Amino acid sequence: MLQIEKLEKSFGDKEVLKGLTMTVPEHSVFGFIGKNGAGKTTAMKTVLGLHKADGGEIFVAGEKAVYGQTATNRHIGYLPDVPEFYSFMTAPEYLSFCGEITGMERTELKARSGELLELVGLSSEKHRIKGFSRGMKQRLGIAQALLSRPKLLICDEPTSALDPVGRKEILDILSAVRDETTVLFSTHILSDVERICTDIAFLNNGVADLQGKLSEIKSKYRSEEYLLETENEGDLQILLQSFSDMRKTGVNKLSFRESENTFFDVLSFVAQRKIPLLKAERVEPTLESLFMEVVEK
Amino acid sequence: MKSLLAFMKKDWKEQLRSAKFFVLLGVFVLLGIMNPAVAKLTPWLMDMLSETLAESGMTVTAVTVSAMDSWVQFFKNIPMGLMVLIILESSIFTKEYRSGTLVLALTKGLERWKVLASKTLVLFVLWTLYYWLCFGITYGINGYFWDNSVACNLGFSVMCWWLAGLLTVMLMVFFSAVAKSNIVVLAGTGGAFLVIYLLSLLPKVGKYSPAELMNSTPLLVGAADTGAYTAAIIISLALCVLCFALSIPILNKKQI
Repeated sequence: MLQIEKLEKSFGDKEVLKGLTMTVPEHSVFGFIGKNGAGKTTAMKTVLGLHKADGGEIFVAGEKAVYGQTATNRHIGYLPDVPEFYSFMTAPEYLSFCGEITGMERTELKARSGELLELVGLSSEKHRIKGFSRGMKQRLGIAQALLSRPKLLICDEPTSALDPVGRKEILDILSAVRDETTVLFSTHILSDVERICTDIAFLNNGVADLQGKLSEIKSKYRSEEYLLETENEGDLQILLQSFSDMRKTGVNKLSFRESENTFFDVLSFVAQRKIPLLKAERVEPTLESLFMEVVEK
Repeated sequence: MKSLLAFMKKDWKEQLRSAKFFVLLGVFVLLGIMNPAVAKLTPWLMDMLSETLAESGMTVTAVTVSAMDSWVQFFKNIPMGLMVLIILESSIFTKEYRSGTLVLALTKGLERWKVLASKTLVLFVLWTLYYWLCFGITYGINGYFWDNSVACNLGFSVMCWWLAGLLTVMLMVFFSAVAKSNIVVLAGTGGAFLVIYLLSLLPKVGKYSPAELMNSTPLLVGAADTGAYTAAIIISLALCVLCFALSIPILNKKQI
């Protein structure tokens, strides 16, 4: 649905994107992950033609996107990080304004905006946007982005500024619309990604360090890390002295990697010495550990 | 065309739902009433002051006022109305850049020139409406108390002033396309106007300066010929068109 090839962009002498290549498959919920200031917003705004790329190409639904007035925007619904609406309008008024701008038919517009206001839970809201909370604005933002049934929905940090309830609402909406569109959203909140994403890309140092199906990435990086917990400090010391590459990670806890000491060697050692264990566990990789690994590399 | 209409509808809704429209309406109505009121009150004021003036050795003879005094007041006061309009509307573009409301409309495929056209039209209509309303009120009251025909070239001089005001509005449109903050818009508009005014003081180029259009007194008393204003009128119209034409490519290239 979206293909970014060798995208480059710098502001002054600060290189933000250094050849970003990324593919967002159709009907995926794509998590675009990176630290604050990694260039997520810049990349998204370039896709929308709001920034001029210094190099590289962008294809939306097979069409090339250009700077400024770009025709590819008709495929895209966009939700900025802090969406700002005309505060003197009500939510239905704003949606009909958006629909008229895109040239929607009056009857279709009415039906569609009713449907979307229902979806985002604003159908009974009669007040002007002026009095909306952040969460409500974010939800209205999704409604306006989905109005013309875009093939691609781009959301810039849709959950960052919200409380847990507001976040859950947004995430539920995003996963609900997956059937009708492709969702690309940027975030640095990894639990959100784990909750709804099918695909991810890590943006680090201006390039996508790691990308693909979330499940594949997780199994590929299935770490060979093990955790042991002993009953007392003495047993822990015996293990630490016998195996060189073990690390103490907490009170009576240590970890090691399969590549350094095989799990079975350790177990047989434990059995021989009759060391009582409270826990022996293979560590599941979390996005956070992946993220840290990518960022620190 | 539909999207232009939609944006215009939005711009008007904004004007009507914010206090601005009514504040400006109040200002111009008040100015319209004040012009004849000040003229009407002058004899009474002079009468009040005559005792103090007599003490300092000045004698006040009976003052007679006519519609002319009211029209002189009109041209003295209308710059204030224009200034309030410019100040209150100086953020008509910049507010949308700053808040990011425009980004959503533009990413939906709204062409940028339509934003420019819609807002320019709003400003044009507002200035025209308020100006002629103010004129109408003054004209009506003057007609009731005195005789408007004492002022020569009245229609022509108010047209000239309206055009000069329109040019100021168009300068603001131009600076709104260039700048991102309304302070710069105000400074630019004021600065450009100052240059135009200073040019009008120079002996040879003076009669070509649009600021000449605001110099209505010679026309009113019949001391100047309407033909002398032709050059300034043509230049003003051309500058208005130029401001708009230049704003289109500038706004198209603007990073929003």
